Amino acid sequence: MAEMNMLHAINEALAIAMETDANSVIFGEDVGQFGGVFRATAGLQDKFGASRCFNTPLTEQGIIGFANGLASNGMTPIAEIQFADYIFPAIDQLVNETAKFRYRSGNEFNVAGLTVRTPYGGGIAGGHYHSQSPEAYFTQTPGIKVVVPRNPEQAKGLLLAAIRDPNPVIFFEPKRLYRASVGEVPEGDYQLPLGKAEVVKQGADITLVAWGAQMEIVEKAADMAEKEGISCEIIDLRTLAPWDEDTVAESVIKTGRLLINHEAPLTGGFAGEIAAVIAERCFLYLESPISRVCGLDTPYPLAHEKEYMPDALKTFEAIKATVNF
Amino acid sequence: MTTGTHLSDTIHRVEFLDKDALKIPTLKVLQADGTAYESAILPNIDQALALKIMDTCAFTRVLDERMLAAQRQGRISFYMTCTGEEAAIIGSAAALDPQDVILAQYREHAALRYRGFTTKQFMDQLFSNANDLGKGRQMPIHYGSCELNYQTISSPLATQIPQATGVGFAFKHKQQRNIAICYFGEGAASEGDFHAGLNMAAVLGSPVIFFCRNNGYAISTPTNEQYAGNGIASRGLGYGMHTIRVDGNDMLAVLAATQMARAYAIEHQKPVLIEAMTYRLGAHSSSDDPSGYRSKDEEQQWRQHDPVLRFKLWLINKGWYDEAHDLNIMQQYREEILAAVKVAEKVAIPNIDTIIEDVFDTPTPALKRQLEQLKSHIAKYPSAYPKTSGRS
Repeated sequence: MAEMNMLHAINEALAIAMETDANSVIFGEDVGQFGGVFRATAGLQDKFGASRCFNTPLTEQGIIGFANGLASNGMTPIAEIQFADYIFPAIDQLVNETAKFRYRSGNEFNVAGLTVRTPYGGGIAGGHYHSQSPEAYFTQTPGIKVVVPRNPEQAKGLLLAAIRDPNPVIFFEPKRLYRASVGEVPEGDYQLPLGKAEVVKQGADITLVAWGAQMEIVEKAADMAEKEGISCEIIDLRTLAPWDEDTVAESVIKTGRLLINHEAPLTGGFAGEIAAVIAERCFLYLESPISRVCGLDTPYPLAHEKEYMPDALKTFEAIKATVNF
Repeated sequence: MTTGTHLSDTIHRVEFLDKDALKIPTLKVLQADGTAYESAILPNIDQALALKIMDTCAFTRVLDERMLAAQRQGRISFYMTCTGEEAAIIGSAAALDPQDVILAQYREHAALRYRGFTTKQFMDQLFSNANDLGKGRQMPIHYGSCELNYQTISSPLATQIPQATGVGFAFKHKQQRNIAICYFGEGAASEGDFHAGLNMAAVLGSPVIFFCRNNGYAISTPTNEQYAGNGIASRGLGYGMHTIRVDGNDMLAVLAATQMARAYAIEHQKPVLIEAMTYRLGAHSSSDDPSGYRSKDEEQQWRQHDPVLRFKLWLINKGWYDEAHDLNIMQQYREEILAAVKVAEKVAIPNIDTIIEDVFDTPTPALKRQLEQLKSHIAKYPSAYPKTSGRS
């Protein structure tokens, strides 16, 4: 085990993926010699050569279309979209092509090898266009897996699993944790399961579900609630598509209460889907309405970023309201 | 006759066209010493226009220097300079009518200044305070002003290009003799929106100037990793568009090209592409460090081609300007900007009620509920949230 930040862990995962699969290639804007604007690909061009780690022209639709083509011809493309806010020019390629390649052809063709890495989320004074959490656009797109890690250990293991998964995956990296999240990371090659949530803390009174950077927020809120005698069970969903209904349902059957937290706006966010499924599966066990602590239904603001965010205090208040319903 | 092929001769054996077959000259008017080339035709420029251009250069240099320093001091969160590209930006802006709509990328604040954006307005945006026209919602440098016909900056690249085609077409529809000018970099020209916007403008006939600042780098990516063809200008011909390449560090060349382009766009209701060859002397932004991808030597070479200095020398040669005045105006702007910083940074961020405004024309019932919840939450934990305008 070595202590490192999330960027370093991602860089290690990428190096291992390149070493273990000669058909893997890394590309995107500024990822070559420069090593990416966040330095996630630092040193990879030196190590693997410019034919396997390279800059592309500045075109997200081009990057993903190119990646689809590579993947359809047996390669393992690992594409970077510099900010998740800039993934939208590629949405046609992702939604109409990546997600449907296998289904539309009766599995004559697929883009199984494709992984898209992209930094998402706020808390960095990034305003509208360097802060968004667009995961729910893709969770409503059958055929793409959506994965979000919460810390360096998870990032390395989940990214290696995403790259090797026989399905296209969008891997959303919580950029505010890139350098802030430091932890022990196993050495060498390992994978963590996709489609499997993790109960990171056992508790009795309420289940808190989050993913990515919001995990540290709900953990902080849970600490505050514990001081008031409320025992929280915390689940990191890790994969949003397909999501682990069983782990969440089992927990809610035990605690009788559910709170979901995400940074993206409330309306149409993935919390709504979780709430609907849990209401169906756990209706008779629920002791209070399912609570959602999410971003406001506004574009992501700059000056009012702190007020917009579903922070620990808002989560703490919602925990108390849910438990005392 | 088949549409699109009627201009072609036929050949009867295979002959590929080489990309070098296309020769694109570069318009230059001013020499390094500030004198015009002997055969050069000068743009329409009188002393008042020349001095307004120079004044905008001086302000922009000082603004960029001071505000980058302010970012380094942690007073603002982010900044972008346009150092080295002033001639491309101001020379083009000076050729326009104030009613022409500017759709900028993000490095064209000098054009906004040319239009009359005040020092205070710059500061209010940079500090995201309650007086910011954009209500503190966007990162520093995302300026916009309806009054000055400068559409608010959006960070995504190239989205403004097809929009400019629409803005120009609206002028055509309204029979208003104005144009849109659309600024973008050579990196943005790789986006799909570039193709969409230029092709539509040419096909539909929209009075737009597409103004490419080819400044050598898209963040770290140099032009030889951005395109393999003959710059951006070569593409204009493919779209069937009037096209010119200019020395982007030559104020008079840029002004001349843009004046002619505007006249053509108005008269023929068609677009024009201008490719200005220049160099981004500073970092991409305050978040970037160019030492990771280019040499100091290279930067130093381009410093020799300072566009502001070249224009200043021309002004001095004309007897319209002198060094003493230059030093004086720079000092005056330093003091003005520093004073404006001190005022703007003390103004609170916008009232929290504004957070739900402008999502739609009027806030929805759901948004109003969210705001009320937020306000009662803040009332419970007032010290956990920033002091907003109207809240003590």
